[in-house]
Amino acid sequence: MIDAKRRTLVKGSLAAGAVVGAGLMAPRAFADWNAAAFQATDIPTAMTGLLGSDSAEVSDRIKIKAPDIAENGAVVPVTVETDLEGVTSISIIAAKNHSPLIASFEFVDPSMVPFVSTRIKMAETADVIAVVKAGDTLYKNAKNVKVTIGGCGG
Amino acid sequence: MSDIKIRAKLEGDETTVKCLMSHPMDNGMRKDSKTKEVIPAHFIQEVVCKVKGTVVMKTAWSGGVSKNPYLSFKFKGGAVGDPIEIAWTDNMGESQSATAEIRD
Repeated sequence: MIDAKRRTLVKGSLAAGAVVGAGLMAPRAFADWNAAAFQATDIPTAMTGLLGSDSAEVSDRIKIKAPDIAENGAVVPVTVETDLEGVTSISIIAAKNHSPLIASFEFVDPSMVPFVSTRIKMAETADVIAVVKAGDTLYKNAKNVKVTIGGCGG
Repeated sequence: MSDIKIRAKLEGDETTVKCLMSHPMDNGMRKDSKTKEVIPAHFIQEVVCKVKGTVVMKTAWSGGVSKNPYLSFKFKGGAVGDPIEIAWTDNMGESQSATAEIRD
């Protein structure tokens, strides 16, 4: 009986060791991921962490395609495109999510067309904000999406 | 065997790539409806897209991207038969990649 418990304990600590090991190894695999920006709980911190500034000029040359009403906040299709020149990145923010910064798309090659489309989770009715970096300037635009059932908690 | 589905279509001088990845995208805030325990965060953090072996786009995601993520992008140029490679890495260090050819 005692021995059985001891075995369990040994197994348990081995498993714990493996988990800790994985935790220590993890950051090396994806060192590029910007934790400060993506885990930020407010938009200024997220934008500054990702793009170096939280001030962006509002531009109606950024088109955001998203539903006016999303019945299911777990899957909200969002498409962002712009005719601004020299676009190097597009970022998507859901203003009232716990962590507002959802995704950032960095255009590495000049052949890229400033267009991205994906599906995001939204906790509640809020603005979907697209931030576009063109040259050294940040531009943004927003579209409100009414969410019937939130898609983040539960 | 990869679970990434890629469609790359050439129209005029633009190629449109659409892909679907298979991933739970757990943001670490949801609870299991039966056990009431928090489901640990498990989501894709990085996606790298290559055309003919050259990186054209790098994306960084949070757990706010929907389960089984959809991603579409466009680029100029490209020819039928050119390989498009999509590779993701998640917060647990798992990764997957897949390649498809541009079609007309």
